[in-house]
Amino acid sequence: MGKKMSLILDGFVKNNPTFVLVLGMCPTLATTTSAINGLEMGLATLFVLVLSNIAISLLAPIVPDKVHIPVYIVVIATFVTVLQLVMQAYTPGAYTTLGLFIPLIVVNCIVLGRAEAFANKNGVLDSALDGLGVGLGFTLSLTVIGIIREILGSGSVFGWKFIPGDGILAFVMAPGAFLVLGYLMVLFNKYLKK
Amino acid sequence: MVLCLTLVCLVCAAVLGGMYALTYEPIRKANENILKASIGAVLPEGVEIGALESVSSDGGTFEYYPAVKDGEAVAYAVKSTAIGFGGPLSLMVGVLKDGTVFNTSVLSCTETPGLGAKCQESGSHFRTQFQGFGADKVLKVTKDGGDVDAITASTITSRAYALAVSNAVAVAKYLAGSAEAVDTASGASVPEEKKGEE
Repeated sequence: MGKKMSLILDGFVKNNPTFVLVLGMCPTLATTTSAINGLEMGLATLFVLVLSNIAISLLAPIVPDKVHIPVYIVVIATFVTVLQLVMQAYTPGAYTTLGLFIPLIVVNCIVLGRAEAFANKNGVLDSALDGLGVGLGFTLSLTVIGIIREILGSGSVFGWKFIPGDGILAFVMAPGAFLVLGYLMVLFNKYLKK
Repeated sequence: MVLCLTLVCLVCAAVLGGMYALTYEPIRKANENILKASIGAVLPEGVEIGALESVSSDGGTFEYYPAVKDGEAVAYAVKSTAIGFGGPLSLMVGVLKDGTVFNTSVLSCTETPGLGAKCQESGSHFRTQFQGFGADKVLKVTKDGGDVDAITASTITSRAYALAVSNAVAVAKYLAGSAEAVDTASGASVPEEKKGEE
């Protein structure tokens, strides 16, 4: 049980995709303009990660080495497209804001990275837990960056405005994303990573 | 090797086909609801919304829904597109028969988040100023000598928004019979090469 728990926790701290592995920077920088966008993007990636890890851990023994990357990409792309269709149908609001970035999950290094580094050598349950852990870690990182950028840039949190006025516009745009990410990375590596 | 890849692709294709069929109806409904909500939001209450029609002018083809009350068209919901900072900015504009703007709503927008994308916040001053925007005022941003207050640091988006609204008003005036031709502003709502991209 302790081992299973640590699989999930690893995704949060030791293998935190954003602050330690520094993977998936494109969605990290682009979608964290507000807390809710970061959270939704994180959850979307979590969904794909868990399912693709499960599928790939099942497929790995029967896929020849030469074609394993194409197979993984096809599998991941399938899950992403399924997610895109489902979001379009049932959460049109979230799809409007994130629509552009959902297809990009296919080329998100985190998903392929976990498939290569973990899912293809481990069992189904372990892979699912790893996907869950890394996905939650990604979601948490994106939400934290989103919260900070939203407070500084728009004076609100999750759309709830508590500072009147425009805020510091730079934090809503790309430079602010780099600044927040950089400082968070410093703090994370100094205090949390052992 | 080839067999394995083929099999995986086949299974994936089947899954996608099935998913597409399953979500086809909900997606259509969701899109329809968004459209209906946007039309309803820009027209006065208690009107019946007619079927989609379209009118052509130099500025392009405009789609619109007439709002009918007691058998007479009292307002029009006009779909109008202008090029903003980050691509086409598509609006639904409700215009009363006399050329007064009733309300506007954003159909699609790819403006910069936190800047131009603020045009989507329906309660903001930028948006509320269009409600009841009289035909006597000029639909241009104040910088260009008009009466529209631009969004801070987003003049291009504001210009596009004002242009789209102004074109919609021109269409409505033509439909109401108070203008002989659709007098859409030069710098057409959708440039030739961009048509159909939206």
